Amino acid sequence: MFEPIQFINYLKYMGIGMLGVFIIIGIIMLATYIIGKLPSNDKDK
Amino acid sequence: MKELLELFEPILEFTKDGNWKMIVMWLIGGILIYLAIKKQMEPTLLLPIGFGAILMNFPHSGISEPLETLYNAGISNELFPLILFIGIGAMIDFGPLLNNPKLMIFGAAAQFGIFFTLCTAAMFFSEDVAASISIIGAADGPTSIVVANTLLSGTENSKYIGAIAVAAYSYMALVPIIQPPVIKLLTTEKERKIRMKYEQKSVSKRTKILFPIIISIVTCIFVPSAASLIGFLMFGNLIRECGVLDSISDTAQKVLANLVTIFLGITIAFQMSADKFLNTDTLLILGLGLIAFIIDTAGGVIFAKFFNVILKLMKKDPVNPMIGAAGISAFPMSGRIVHKMGLEADNQNFLLMHSIGVNVSGQIASVIAGSLVLGFFK
Repeated sequence: MFEPIQFINYLKYMGIGMLGVFIIIGIIMLATYIIGKLPSNDKDK
Repeated sequence: MKELLELFEPILEFTKDGNWKMIVMWLIGGILIYLAIKKQMEPTLLLPIGFGAILMNFPHSGISEPLETLYNAGISNELFPLILFIGIGAMIDFGPLLNNPKLMIFGAAAQFGIFFTLCTAAMFFSEDVAASISIIGAADGPTSIVVANTLLSGTENSKYIGAIAVAAYSYMALVPIIQPPVIKLLTTEKERKIRMKYEQKSVSKRTKILFPIIISIVTCIFVPSAASLIGFLMFGNLIRECGVLDSISDTAQKVLANLVTIFLGITIAFQMSADKFLNTDTLLILGLGLIAFIIDTAGGVIFAKFFNVILKLMKKDPVNPMIGAAGISAFPMSGRIVHKMGLEADNQNFLLMHSIGVNVSGQIASVIAGSLVLGFFK
């Protein structure tokens, strides 16, 4: 079966999916930044 | 004389009921074995898959029973790919990424190919098959198998699992051939020569320990379907970084990973019987998988170029757009390819720490993307 209209119908998943990936990665970046700023002693490095 | 003729009866089986297609599968298995040994393309998986494809294609052989047992024990319940992820997590050093967390944004951008392929595959297949094919673009074998298996196992579309697994692992091995032309097409020589400063900052042991824990919690809150994939990956990484389980980390990286890879490879072959594999849909799946890889690479590079426009407005140093291509999950091959292309453009251009940082972030992002796809269609 070949249904070209399905490309348009599934664009919403592309939008939601990419937005979801960027948002979650953004939160992980923020969390990584915060844990990187935690004080540590020299033994930890 | 009669007994002698009976000895050759099995050969006549190949002339019945389309069994000649089994011989074609032997050829395909032989090609995979050749690529694994002679070209050293993902030998850990292509060799067992290739040999298994040959074994699966003998009439009345009974080989499907032990393979089906292994398949039910480790693939239909996703056990083998998840255990393999422990080994992969133990192999990954997130240091370059923790040194510069901003690189994660490129790992996110490089997942565009997955969703683009989802839209393209939906024109030809039902949504569960289209979603399973799109994950080939994750460039991550275990994620591809878990998603395809979750969506297709036990349905009439389970016949596509073998083709999807073979496509995922074959294209991972072809990354050194697929990526460079796409990168060169989308970048100028001046862009490929852009140097990126690397400032070595010490990453504390505490950060390296907290990172896998925090990633798991954050991801599972927002994408619960990612719990198994991200959880096992980060568990492996925690074993590596905790500093008190060196022998277990070593076992996970070597013995465990190799053991599971043996079973995974030969068991995928259960789906490679001639009647399931040899059809036009398989060719279409291979074609769509290639599109996923190409668009992933292109998406990462184009995003990096767009990012440079913003950096220029902020009067900051640009990034080399090639690092966007390293955001696919083919670790560490993709990172090394970008570094090599940087050196080819300018022999003083060392991009390795940046490209590897993006590469490992792609591993995380591909799991998130795969889990989101599962969440949409499960």
